[in-house]
Amino acid sequence: MSDGFWEGAHRISVPLVDDSALRRLKAGRRVLLSGVVYTARDAAHKRMVEALEQGDELPIDLAGQVIYYAGPCPPAPGQVIGSLGPTTSGRMDAYAPRLCAAGLRGMIGKGQRSTAVVQAIARYGAVYFVTIGGAGALLSQAVRKAQVVAYADLGPEAVHRLEIVDFPALVGIDPLGRDMYDR
Amino acid sequence: MKYLRADQIEALVRDLCVKAATELPGDVAVALLAASRRESSPLGCEVLGAILRNAELARKNRMPLCQDTGLTYVFLEVGQDLHIDGDIREAVTKGVSRGYTEGYLRKSVVRDPLFCRENTGDNTPPVIHTDVVPGSDLVVTVLPKGTGSENMSAVKMLTPSAGIAGVEDFVLQTVRHGAPNACPPLVVGVGVGGMMDTAALLAKKALLRPVGHSNPDSEIALMERRLLAVINNLGVGPGGFGGSTTALAVHIETYPTHIGALPVAVNLQCHAARRATGILRGSDGP
Repeated sequence: MSDGFWEGAHRISVPLVDDSALRRLKAGRRVLLSGVVYTARDAAHKRMVEALEQGDELPIDLAGQVIYYAGPCPPAPGQVIGSLGPTTSGRMDAYAPRLCAAGLRGMIGKGQRSTAVVQAIARYGAVYFVTIGGAGALLSQAVRKAQVVAYADLGPEAVHRLEIVDFPALVGIDPLGRDMYDR
Repeated sequence: MKYLRADQIEALVRDLCVKAATELPGDVAVALLAASRRESSPLGCEVLGAILRNAELARKNRMPLCQDTGLTYVFLEVGQDLHIDGDIREAVTKGVSRGYTEGYLRKSVVRDPLFCRENTGDNTPPVIHTDVVPGSDLVVTVLPKGTGSENMSAVKMLTPSAGIAGVEDFVLQTVRHGAPNACPPLVVGVGVGGMMDTAALLAKKALLRPVGHSNPDSEIALMERRLLAVINNLGVGPGGFGGSTTALAVHIETYPTHIGALPVAVNLQCHAARRATGILRGSDGP
């Protein structure tokens, strides 16, 4: 990301293992995320929750992890990944509380969440980040490495492990359940 | 009688799919730039700046503006004096398949909506709308439509007593509810008239109109300006993070309707308001 962009942002390491850093996040605050996140959207969420309900192991250990609601374009030759912006988070509302219970600590997406998700976030001290929808070419610049780690048959909906540096976002819902969309 | 070959159509559709996904139309970029000068929220300004930078990067790196390269709408205006050698639907479908595969666009279509939801792997089939028009040209417009904005769209079967106020209320209600999720600033396509399907198609076609062009009917144009002003007072702002730019334009299209009907459809379009048009002129010999 270029100079001066997302000024005043708080730098956060992911996965989210530092509870004290998490508690300082307030809804509306700008952040730059660096570390490892996993992509998952509709179909991958359905599979993960079905696996949990059947008592099966998940393909990734969710403890402390952050899921980015996104499905990338394929990389052209020479690219790490194709365009990769957030998808609408609300479609994952049916699954998110179950994943928070399984250890998921953070979500990145766009748009509003249901009351049940806000309550799950507050209960488990998790956090929901929002980023800029429709800016997939720009956001893909923050991805340094990408690899499919689960559900490869789902194509763009497969779970990708991403290494990100200074990925810009806002705190949408903080660990106390305060929601930046409540205006 | 003039002639076109199916493979010419396939090649054009292929190119238009890639162009639409990677090049923000100039009128949309101009509207975003103008909005960034008017935007009241500093964060909103920064988001508009990021959206414009995203468009530059996409064009420079030939990368899709948005990862959701959509379900592909293809609008065909077929000159009635044309003879097309080959299957036009097959040519369009092959063009979409090649565009999405060779252009590294995301394949986002599932074969069956209800049961297996298996990805078709090449973004086919497209949705094709065909009009027969005078002349011997084929005009092809590709509109890739993502679900972020589409899922926030709505149709309502109003009845005549609801009147203009009822139509405006429904547009505002749809935008107020959907805008934060639909990647604002939006282009709001509104279709009024015909029956349910007519209104929905008019609302989609309203998205093909360049941003900054009003409906030629002055009363409708006034309604567009009035709705735009109210929408930009909702406070949703760029990215949904607050501000005075919630929509770039409201485009209303109408069609005659039944004495007992007032259907209205609202098709929201995100700021990556992508479309690309090309023309094939018929040649004298097959």
